[in-house]
Amino acid sequence: MTIVPSRTDRIEVFRFNPAVVVGVVLTALILQAFLPVKLHFFSAFDLPLIVTIFFAVARRSQVTGCLTGAVIGLLQDSLSDQPLGVFGISKTIIGYAASSLGAKIDVENPGSRLLMVFGFYLLHDAIYMVIARGLVGIQQQWLWGHELRNALANAVLAIVIFAVLDKFKQQ
Amino acid sequence: MENVISRFRNTANLIVLAAVLVLQIIGLAAQVQRETESGPTRLIRVWAISIVTPLTRGVVHTQDWFSNNWHNYIWLRDVRKENDDLKNQIVQMKMREVRLVEDANQARRLQLLLGFKESNIVKTVPAQVIATTGSEFSRAIYIDKGSKDGIKTDMPVVVPEGIVGKVLRVFPTTSLVLLINDPTSGAGVILEKSRLQGNLRGNANGATILNNVMSDEKVEPGERIITSGGDGVFPKGLPVGTVMTVGPGQDLFLNIRVRPSAPVSRLEEVLVITQIDHQSPDAVMAEKPVRAIDILAQRLPTVEPPPKTESAEGVASTPTGATGSPEKKNMTTELTPSAQKPLAAGDKKAATPVGTAAPKPASTPSIPGAEKPVKQAQTTPVKPSDPNKETPHQ
Repeated sequence: MTIVPSRTDRIEVFRFNPAVVVGVVLTALILQAFLPVKLHFFSAFDLPLIVTIFFAVARRSQVTGCLTGAVIGLLQDSLSDQPLGVFGISKTIIGYAASSLGAKIDVENPGSRLLMVFGFYLLHDAIYMVIARGLVGIQQQWLWGHELRNALANAVLAIVIFAVLDKFKQQ
Repeated sequence: MENVISRFRNTANLIVLAAVLVLQIIGLAAQVQRETESGPTRLIRVWAISIVTPLTRGVVHTQDWFSNNWHNYIWLRDVRKENDDLKNQIVQMKMREVRLVEDANQARRLQLLLGFKESNIVKTVPAQVIATTGSEFSRAIYIDKGSKDGIKTDMPVVVPEGIVGKVLRVFPTTSLVLLINDPTSGAGVILEKSRLQGNLRGNANGATILNNVMSDEKVEPGERIITSGGDGVFPKGLPVGTVMTVGPGQDLFLNIRVRPSAPVSRLEEVLVITQIDHQSPDAVMAEKPVRAIDILAQRLPTVEPPPKTESAEGVASTPTGATGSPEKKNMTTELTPSAQKPLAAGDKKAATPVGTAAPKPASTPSIPGAEKPVKQAQTTPVKPSDPNKETPHQ
């Protein structure tokens, strides 16, 4: 399993049809809003975050990554009861960090994807907590067991979703 | 050369990141400072909701259509047995209702004495849950009713089991309901037995916590919690939940964990209370002058009224169970003018509950010629339930 590419290896940069990007983002937002009504455990997952990470690492462009994260985060904010920007800021940073990571290491195999999403989920929630407490004044509690369990669940789901979305990649 | 380009690119990327973050932080700070939504933020929310909710609404309604058809037309196993059980249940509930109506009337009279005002739920709008915020950090749901259906912000949302939350934002065909287990929500509640008041909130885990109860108070698990009406959102007396655990909290307060009565994580249909009427109990009594004895008289086997007699004795022995019954009218019209006034006083006293001692003759006005009919009129309401006493008259 090669994670860090050698000097001779070239990291592939993928492109996506704009319609696919819009469709995938909207589908993720709609499923995230609808599925917890019927499948109550689904609120533990964060499909918009998984989609943000996927596009960021596949495109490997930091600007595109942070802008995609910002748009997805703001859309997620607009569906929540919180002020616009809480998820927006968190996902902007994640989009930037994921694309920076994608430009340096190979994130095409399931193992590295699992670790990456696990780490980014925890980072995302940590940023969210800081913003919610520091800027908005919402009393949120960091529960380690809860966060680690959710991070693992999201990482496992991300492997499946990434495998599906890989089919839309264009070189 | 490559290093220079790479360094320049990294700097440019960082500048873009910083700009995007700064813009969002400024926007966030402006929203927090204003505390009300206006302009672009409201517009963004309306756009996002306009994209997402029609699709979720369509999926939910389609699924419900299939589910209703299946359960109402195809899968009807054990329905007959269930129907029989429910009929038996109705009979039992009717019997209970008689007693409860009597208690309610007594409570109203006591409230009248104390000058209380009642909050009655006058109008509700049923709504279906079509989406959630999709995040564990924000516990709120979208319902398929909005400003076009008369929904306004801060309206209470309930289910038959108990309170659910309140309307936070209203859009033309959709509303956002903040659930009681959200950390930013709050409801004024009261412990049913100990009458201690507190504030109900959610925590990060989605649990519901009762705050502001001092640690020297005694609260037992299993105690029921109802709304206090003090928050100005929920009417008083709606079920909230039961105390699950009690432990020491922060700053001399107890940490009371509450199990909500309403299934807040599995909601499908809810009721939005759109109109609450605050009226004094005397108004309620005036609107519904139905007494328990009247209900009993309607439901229990009644005695055939005896033929009319001209004497006052015969008139007074006529059963007058049902309100506004012809017998009662006859009774008042056949009385002598001097007897009508005291009879009206006697009628009022006849509204006392079943089991209450009959007023003593000494308490009635001592108008000549009126004493006898009044005395008998006061005792008539209990006669229909005791047919044996009527036998001599028949």
